[in-house]
Amino acid sequence: MGFIHTWLPYILAGIAVGGQYALIAIGYTMVYGILRLINFAHGDVFMWSGLIMVYLITILPLWASVILVILFAIVLGTTIEKVAYRPLRSAPRMSIMISAIGVSYLLQNFALYITGGLTKTYPTIAWLQKTVQIGSATTKMVTVITPILTIVLVFLLVMLIKHTKIGMAMRAVSRDFETSSLMGIDINRVITVTFVIGCGLAAIGSVLYFSNYTGIQPMSGAMPGLKAFVAAVFGGIGSVPGAVVGAFIIGVCENIIKGTGWTTFSDAFTFVLLIVILMVKPTGLFGEKNIDKV
Amino acid sequence: MKKVLVIMLTLLLSMSMLAGCGGGSSSGGGDTIKIGVFEPASGDNGAGGKQETLGIQYANQVQPTVEVGGKEYNVELVIVDNESDNAKAVTAAQSLVSQNVSVVLGSYGSGVSIAAADVFADAGMPAIGVTCTNPQVTADCEQYFRICFLDPFQGTVLANYAWENGMKKAYCLSKLGDDYSVGLVNYFVEAFKKLGGEVVEEQFPDKNSDFTSYVANAKKAGCDVFFSPVSTEAAALIIDQAEAQALGMPILAGDTWDSNVITGAAQGKNVEVVVTTFYQEGGNADFDKGIKEWIEGDSTAMTNNGGNSDVAAVTAMGYDAYFVALEAMKAAGSTAPADILAALPDLTVSNLVCGDVSFNEVGDANKTEAFVKKCNTETGAWDFLKKQSAE
Repeated sequence: MGFIHTWLPYILAGIAVGGQYALIAIGYTMVYGILRLINFAHGDVFMWSGLIMVYLITILPLWASVILVILFAIVLGTTIEKVAYRPLRSAPRMSIMISAIGVSYLLQNFALYITGGLTKTYPTIAWLQKTVQIGSATTKMVTVITPILTIVLVFLLVMLIKHTKIGMAMRAVSRDFETSSLMGIDINRVITVTFVIGCGLAAIGSVLYFSNYTGIQPMSGAMPGLKAFVAAVFGGIGSVPGAVVGAFIIGVCENIIKGTGWTTFSDAFTFVLLIVILMVKPTGLFGEKNIDKV
Repeated sequence: MKKVLVIMLTLLLSMSMLAGCGGGSSSGGGDTIKIGVFEPASGDNGAGGKQETLGIQYANQVQPTVEVGGKEYNVELVIVDNESDNAKAVTAAQSLVSQNVSVVLGSYGSGVSIAAADVFADAGMPAIGVTCTNPQVTADCEQYFRICFLDPFQGTVLANYAWENGMKKAYCLSKLGDDYSVGLVNYFVEAFKKLGGEVVEEQFPDKNSDFTSYVANAKKAGCDVFFSPVSTEAAALIIDQAEAQALGMPILAGDTWDSNVITGAAQGKNVEVVVTTFYQEGGNADFDKGIKEWIEGDSTAMTNNGGNSDVAAVTAMGYDAYFVALEAMKAAGSTAPADILAALPDLTVSNLVCGDVSFNEVGDANKTEAFVKKCNTETGAWDFLKKQSAE
């Protein structure tokens, strides 16, 4: 009992932040699964969703802003795909990767220009930021909501991938890009849907994340984005359940490490984990055996 | 179609570059003296740097000319952004040197000042630190002076305050690799241990925004005070978490936290925030009234000050720094950096808003007291508690 009493606050915080990483990680993992592209701009789409919320809330009611933020992220993500990735689809993979890095810097610097470099405070969503008491731990409502919402959304997503026509198309494309295109699957449509799902979830993640950690500045997307990426690799990049499990593990471990007094090394842990995974099991926890044709 | 697009984009890019170059050539006329403002306008310390710059700009508004060696000069401010980044700071400092400024003011944040010190030293450029409190800024650099108190002093003052108010165990949080917070925590710990106190020290990495576990650690360790003299960006997040987890102990910090970012974050929350600082709003009625009117009348200034006209201590210090620079020029009787540098050590400036300034042999201001203020969470303003000395 004493153990739980001491560690409950850390575990709760870890699960919450893990859920938020998971929502971002799905975007990485799905895009990678289909395009074999690490979408470096994903973390910045996440940051921009948060930033847009700050501006929207001043003119619109809460529910409308949340919906618009999700729509905004989707439009931003699909536009990036159309403008920066689609023309390079037949180019060497390195070119499209560099294009992704370029988009990431563009989004960060544009945010720097808009905000003037100052931290914006995320609007208060009273219901999410309410203080609640769970056992020995005092925390925000969002900590409790995040894991539940994450699991519900992931369940819906897995259902979509497994049991719908577009889901089947996605699986086919991720298995073999060219053959599935020859079989009459509209590749562009599949890719657009992938970006819609990824960015939509990142926008939901941003509402949860920034309700808990309320400062937004142009670099706010970088660290969560990087950690979500590690989570995706950890779980086996390309696999949705893998990314979610990976994100929860990283979130919880990070917070427990902070709790044991090794605060200085909490970030180092995440990246050491990445190196170890790449050395020992490059395909990750749930990754498929690599039958890469390159 | 594609070619046209490429040409258009190329043209657009080259146009914007030309526009960027055009800005620098506006300074004409022989009777201008340039003062470099070396401050962060973005990054971790962007908010504070902008407030400090505001003080300098306001002072420039109040006193736009200076008489040096019997000749009247217009004072022009050359403002650069060091982006709160030790690497970018060097480039920013070099751009000031190459623009032939006579003296440099700044920066907010000790790390960038230490990083840029070599550039100023090589150029023989006198630099006047405004609120960089780390001892290293002036220690190894003949060219660096400063008008604020130092961290060993501030750390002792904070430790004394904590001890006198019955706090026996302190939780100290600093940012990894940040000269200011790490330095101040060290001096606090040293002084607090000497008094008989107990400390728990932790650090958080760069770009961290999750302070949940640090607050939980402080609670778990059973501390009486949460000491975290970190940047205001991190401060807002810490205050937020302190409220969410019912921290139940006062949060103590240094001069950086004397900002409306903090009062804004703490307003309406159940937290106790106490800081030490350079200046108490209301300490000089004329200055307060003048600068408030100026900020309220200028929408850019209002935005840079964080949306209201509360005067931060760093703004008052920026104002003072400008007048110290003018006095140094008058004393030197010349606008050459080398002459100003020679005049600085013997300078004494009075009639400033944060108290008189004179320099000791290292180039630091002789200050003996700091103001202790507490955030009033109902009104969102600072309440003056007391003057605290290091003894």
